[in-house]
Amino acid sequence: MAEKLKIATCSLAGCFGCHMSFLDIDERLIDLLELVEFDRSPINDIKHLGPAVDLGLIEGGVCNADNVHVLRQFRDRCRVLVAVGECGITGGVPSMRNSFTLKQCLEESYIRGAGVECAHIPDDPELPLLLNKVRPLHHIVKIDYFLPGCPPSADAFWHFLTELVAGRDPSLPPALIHFD
Amino acid sequence: MSNTFFLDGAEIPFREGQTVLQAALAAGQYIPHLCWRPRLEPHSSCRLCTVIINGRPFSSCTQPAMKGQSVACDTPELQALRRAVLQMVFVEGNHYCPACEVSGNCRLQATAYHLGLHDNRFPQQFPVRERDSSHPDVNMDRDRCIRCETCVRASRDLDGKNVFGIHGRGIHSKLAVNSPSGLLKDTDVAAEDQAVAMCPTGCLTVKRVGFKVPIGERTYDMESVVSVALKEFREQEAAHG
Repeated sequence: MAEKLKIATCSLAGCFGCHMSFLDIDERLIDLLELVEFDRSPINDIKHLGPAVDLGLIEGGVCNADNVHVLRQFRDRCRVLVAVGECGITGGVPSMRNSFTLKQCLEESYIRGAGVECAHIPDDPELPLLLNKVRPLHHIVKIDYFLPGCPPSADAFWHFLTELVAGRDPSLPPALIHFD
Repeated sequence: MSNTFFLDGAEIPFREGQTVLQAALAAGQYIPHLCWRPRLEPHSSCRLCTVIINGRPFSSCTQPAMKGQSVACDTPELQALRRAVLQMVFVEGNHYCPACEVSGNCRLQATAYHLGLHDNRFPQQFPVRERDSSHPDVNMDRDRCIRCETCVRASRDLDGKNVFGIHGRGIHSKLAVNSPSGLLKDTDVAAEDQAVAMCPTGCLTVKRVGFKVPIGERTYDMESVVSVALKEFREQEAAHG
């Protein structure tokens, strides 16, 4: 039997909705596991990326320095890298903050926002620095494929993954393309 | 021999004065388009309807149909160029489909689905644009404007009001409002206007009805942009000839 493909997944500036939709392939996960094995992923809770991965799926855009670090690591170690979902592809809802300055956003959340007590912008050195703008993944590294949707439907995930694993063009038919 | 031309090899009849796009739609053949609408003068700005006629590119919404001409439309090269044009449209604005009340009713989005757009390819511009919510019934969100001038033409030619215009040049051009204050509240625009109804994106919307039809049951959830455009053309032909 051929060696299984290694898949890694992660969520950057996303909501984990794409991962939830991925899990919505339901019992087809069992068929998928005949073909692939999971490396780092919130699905199996493995925290560190292996040295050589075949397929990386990234949900979410890039909003802070840690996102940049993780994304570059995925690019270095994954043979094929896929931007999954609206946020990974365009920046999505998190990038709606790009219409404002970072200072305005932080002050709205932590100083002037409704119900704020002990007004103070978090500054713990452990916290990753926020970028001035939220970026889609392809602004930072080369992305090989894009899987659109908010989230992509379970059928879109299934079509995309099975086609890609079979070595075919994983482009979605129009009926499976959605941006919402 | 009657007046016909060839579109991707298929023989298409045409009436004197029809454009290539009109003749194609009349024959039930879809050529992708955004800024062209049946009841408005062609604008020829979106370039999606570009076809190759006898080896040269033309916008089919303005090019008169001519006897015997050979028109290429559905080729991999032209479809790739159309996708690139759409990708530029998407990155130049702020089109947040998941957060847009028009998602599912949006012609830009439906055209992107039809052309198989998976990504935006170019760097997102994230422009900062002004919104105008001053009018009691009509909202204007310039983030979603693609400067197709559908509202400009519809307001002037169908509504007889001349509410909208385009101000500035190139990437800095923006939708302007024809009132001393520059605000919608000081115009006679109304929720029933064709200018509002015909906006192909969510730039001009009627307030308080955004989610009357739920996501998943909207125009392009039920039909492709191809059948909607062909139906729109047939209805226009039946009503106005």
